[in-house]
Amino acid sequence: MATQEPRYRVPVPEFRPGDEPDFSHLSIPAAGEAKRPGVDVDGRDTIDLALGMVRVLDHNHQAVGEWNPEIKPDVLREGLRHMVLTRVYDERMLKLQRQGKMSFYMKSTGEEAVAVAGAMALKDSDMVFPSYRQQGILFARGRDIVDMMCHCISNSRDNLKGRQLPVHYTWAEGNFFSISGNLGTQFPQAVGWAMAARYKGEDQVTASWIGDGTTAEGDFHGALTLASTYRAPVILNVVNNQFAISTHQNMAIGDAPTFAMKGLGYGIASLRVDGNDFLAVYAAMQWAGERARKGHGPTYIEYFSYRADAHSTSDDPSGYRPKTEAKAWPLGDPIERLKNHLIGLGEWDEERHEALEKELNELVVKSYKEAESHGTLHDGPLSPVPSIFEDVFEEPDWRLIRQRQDLGV
Amino acid sequence: MPKMNMIQALNSALDIAMEKDPNVVSFGEDAGYFGGVFRVTAGLQEKYGLDRSFDTPINEAAIAAMAIGMAANGLRPVAEVQFSDYIFPAIDQIVNEMTRLRYRSAGQYTQPIVIRSPWGGGIRGGQTHSMSPEAFFTHVPGLRVVIPSNPYDAKGLLLASIENNDPVVFFEPKRMYNGPFDGKPDGALQSWANHPKGEVPEGHYTVPLDTAEVVREGNDVTVIAYGTLVHVALSAAEKSGIDAEVIDLKTLTPYDIGTITASVKKTGRCIVSQEAPRTSGFAAELSAQIQEDCFWSLEAPIGRVTGWDTPYPHAHEWSYFPGQDRFINALKSVMEVA
Repeated sequence: MATQEPRYRVPVPEFRPGDEPDFSHLSIPAAGEAKRPGVDVDGRDTIDLALGMVRVLDHNHQAVGEWNPEIKPDVLREGLRHMVLTRVYDERMLKLQRQGKMSFYMKSTGEEAVAVAGAMALKDSDMVFPSYRQQGILFARGRDIVDMMCHCISNSRDNLKGRQLPVHYTWAEGNFFSISGNLGTQFPQAVGWAMAARYKGEDQVTASWIGDGTTAEGDFHGALTLASTYRAPVILNVVNNQFAISTHQNMAIGDAPTFAMKGLGYGIASLRVDGNDFLAVYAAMQWAGERARKGHGPTYIEYFSYRADAHSTSDDPSGYRPKTEAKAWPLGDPIERLKNHLIGLGEWDEERHEALEKELNELVVKSYKEAESHGTLHDGPLSPVPSIFEDVFEEPDWRLIRQRQDLGV
Repeated sequence: MPKMNMIQALNSALDIAMEKDPNVVSFGEDAGYFGGVFRVTAGLQEKYGLDRSFDTPINEAAIAAMAIGMAANGLRPVAEVQFSDYIFPAIDQIVNEMTRLRYRSAGQYTQPIVIRSPWGGGIRGGQTHSMSPEAFFTHVPGLRVVIPSNPYDAKGLLLASIENNDPVVFFEPKRMYNGPFDGKPDGALQSWANHPKGEVPEGHYTVPLDTAEVVREGNDVTVIAYGTLVHVALSAAEKSGIDAEVIDLKTLTPYDIGTITASVKKTGRCIVSQEAPRTSGFAAELSAQIQEDCFWSLEAPIGRVTGWDTPYPHAHEWSYFPGQDRFINALKSVMEVA
């Protein structure tokens, strides 16, 4: 037991298990308050945006202010569908992990808008370097669900041949980079990719995502330094979901007022965005994409959100935060907010929403049956055993050939 | 044929590679306008432009990451790390990313990257300008580790490395940038101009990445070396009176097991060597593999000539560096075993 006052500050979360979470002290700027500068804005002139918050949907679910992207109801419904599918898929995969059908899973509950709206605001030809919690991008880009599941259960149809943990997707065809377990490594890599795209004269924008906790990694600093130095057409996104496993975001943010502010020190145009507001995420990413495409350089964006569920299937958040915290979160739920916005527009209703959930549930169940027909991690068939020696080098060398013989395959 | 020192040979390789393939780009700390602290990239920016040969911020992890992103997007980056002692900040990007990307993506992304880095001791470089960190990298699946020992090989191996589709860490023995070194620090400086391997074709050629070379034929004992120690071993062999066969390994991973076993089976004795500290060094790998493949031909335990298990010292450099005397002692010792 601690017997004295700590000799230096060690940040702790505001609320621990058993506490009644109360976020009334959080200063959340009103929707519509943020100014929308031209895409050629100088980075240093974005300080208000880095300290404030781009929000479009107000408390009545109306779209307001300069950042309203004014997208058509069809596009909004498409976004809603991708978000619901992401959540339904996550729920199903969690159950399957609990049933022992796969080794591991990570949900993105509460953060669906960040991935889906971000991907929809980019072009499908734009390159993405996600972390492990942007599966919504895959749905927004139309990846085959069966293929995603086959990867997660490492079966004979896994496009990664069973080499990677579940949710570490790679989909080159969809311009979706290979996800790595090493936090933050993709951030500076994305800058290199963006530089190469510019080198080749391609009109391609590159976007990368990391979490709030990962901003403490050296690669965060490397990425922002490179992006700023070479003025790369890249969008560097930090999803501030308040938690890095058990540690609160205050472990990474220190005394900085916002994560978005950190971009200004590098001279990069920086935005802070309501991550649970589909329209705000869409508008910010669209703005950043246009900025990059027109040669005005990188954008750095913090999405203020909340990790509504466990870090992973290996984590139990009730050990470090109140169970009621997600419900108390003042920015609400991204799906509910977009749904209510569409209902307010007269473009959606509860019946259609229920029907959509049912349809997508059935799609996911049916897809899993098909995925399972290609094997499961436990019962096989898996990728052929000799394939473990392939793709180490372009061609296996004598050591790999010998080792394969040692294994008797 | 023109005479080149190792710097000129490496520069020539980069020039030819960049001329031949617009996807080849070169970058590193001071590697652009200034042409590198060792002049290896001199003139490239002037000839190929700012966006093909450029300076980087001082961040080795970011340099490696930039190369990774570029290579995944179709370029062929040649990145410089100013001293191999400073490659460690990049080791996460190299080990967990660069060397695994082809594997973890099942071939969807590839990494045709060369990381060049001045390497090795013998220059009064002290602790952080003398290291030989190759064993940190030979332990990494999917990575090729190359160390030339002369200008001819330096150019041919660098061109082969750039043209290869796997990631390569290319260590350049900086003690021999300007001339070969026989391990005698008080001797006269030698020049590549008087060395047969200082004759370097001006045009394109490659030296294969998977082939060692017997640089001195002999029947009594096989000595395996790479980098600077090739020349030390050769001098020691001449002075010892022992008919040693000296192999210049050139590529550490994947190493040329055929040339090694053919030699050891002929001589029945073997010395493995490295500048790096002994424990878990690359010589340990060689020794273990030779023991497995040549056990019934060995007439003596395999000898090891290496640096000590200490950080690289400044004042006592020549007590640390495995010089001629240590090789001669090892040769005698391995011959004495019945």
